[in-house]
Amino acid sequence: MSKKSSSATTKISSFVLLVIFITLALSLTALILAISAFSSNGIAAYYLLLIGFLGAALSTYVLFQTRKRIKRLSIKTPSVTTTIECRKCGFKSVRDFQRGDYIFREVDPCQKCNENMLITAIYREVEEKKKRTLF
Amino acid sequence: MAGMAALQSQIMQEPFGEFSWILTLLFYAFFFVFMFYGQKINTYIMLREVEGSLFKLKYLRDEGRKIVIETIKEIGKPQTDPTARVDRFLEYFTISPQSLDPAGIVGKLEHILDVRDTRFKDDVKLMAPATDKTQVNNLENTLEAAMALNFIYKVIRHFYLLGKKTLSLYIIMQIQMILPLVMREAEAYASALKAFADGQPIGDGAGALVAAKLTHGHPTRNIAKDCVVAAVPIEGRTAYVIKAEGPGGNVGKPGEAIKTVVEESEGEIAMIIMVDAALKLEGEAVGEVAEGVGAAIGGPGVDQFKIEESILKYRIPINAVIIKEDIGDAVSPMRKEIFDAVDKAIERIKQVILEKTKEGDRVIIAGVGNTIGIGQ
Ligand SMILES: [Zn+2]
Repeated sequence: MSKKSSSATTKISSFVLLVIFITLALSLTALILAISAFSSNGIAAYYLLLIGFLGAALSTYVLFQTRKRIKRLSIKTPSVTTTIECRKCGFKSVRDFQRGDYIFREVDPCQKCNENMLITAIYREVEEKKKRTLF
Repeated sequence: MAGMAALQSQIMQEPFGEFSWILTLLFYAFFFVFMFYGQKINTYIMLREVEGSLFKLKYLRDEGRKIVIETIKEIGKPQTDPTARVDRFLEYFTISPQSLDPAGIVGKLEHILDVRDTRFKDDVKLMAPATDKTQVNNLENTLEAAMALNFIYKVIRHFYLLGKKTLSLYIIMQIQMILPLVMREAEAYASALKAFADGQPIGDGAGALVAAKLTHGHPTRNIAKDCVVAAVPIEGRTAYVIKAEGPGGNVGKPGEAIKTVVEESEGEIAMIIMVDAALKLEGEAVGEVAEGVGAAIGGPGVDQFKIEESILKYRIPINAVIIKEDIGDAVSPMRKEIFDAVDKAIERIKQVILEKTKEGDRVIIAGVGNTIGIGQ
């Protein structure tokens, strides 16, 4: 089953490739003709040039599209920060999130007044590119 | 296309005699290929597109499974390799009750969900014996996210293979059309999985955080399964603030909890306010706070049904405050915008209480959502 399906994949891609290469060959022929036609027939040469370039551009684009493998894969790990606050003196510190942290957990005593400190916030900050749109 | 070919042959007739017919023929061939095989080419291109996404889904699924197994090994300290058990877990399914005769279906659904929950927790405990209640809840959430990724991958793969077998444009089109949304959901589950594995608060916990900020410093008691309540004085009123019991990942049973509080006070409740995270529309800002009426709660509907039943009995007005976010924000670590919106939501709640109730009244405030990483 898996063998069969993998052979089907190659068949598909070779068919698409064939179409692309025919287009590419055609456009190259058009370009060569255009160059040879410049001296005798100017208008025809421009037309051929146009068609040649369009065809070449299109086929290379499709070629790269199909060739392009999926971009590098990964599950993003956003950086999450934990804010620890002292309820008595207001001392505040921010550090990276550690497993076991949760909001309203009491952690080690304050450096200044030995009162137990409290985790008051855990969040991640996202820099969003502000795209200017009409809406 | 045809016009182009005709133009081509006309222009080229004179200047290059021997080349022109080849070119004309090629252009015609090209034209006919596209005319008769256009749809097939389209089908192949779509198949490739689906194939690319399928690669990504497979990667997400495998990565999710890996994270689950690593986390279990790290915090669960299992005696044996948990891989086989995890693989079996990922294939679990739940059959929802028959709805031909819908009367009483909510009770049946609730029962099935309870059985599922117990079964999952028992299994997690077996996989990872050295865990406390919080960690069991977090691991269960992590496993459920991995399960969702596995399911999405398998469904898309099914349609892909079916499409390839039949080469039917319509089978492939169906899946290709919804693919962008499916991918978004899969990516959301993947980031949720990481957050669950670490026990980080997620965007969906906005409602629970509102409740936590209100209850903090007041004694809480268990009211329903995995749910706590605290009596908090707010603006001269007594507010019964309900939330799921943190900091383990679970949503509790707010429906049951509200019902119990209403029954305990014999319907002497002036108002219920529900706070929840809600999906925003594209274009709305993350962390926008909005107000409305009705039971603001998602999930399979059991809790919403119960809340509506119990408030109907005593005709208690129900208000909702929601914090807006998109699906990705809802299941990934809580964004600062959402965290800041919690204080705005509390202000709104106080305003509603001041405007709509009298001093000495009793109100219920229910913070709905997954309380992972949020204590009380
Ligand atoms: Zn201090």
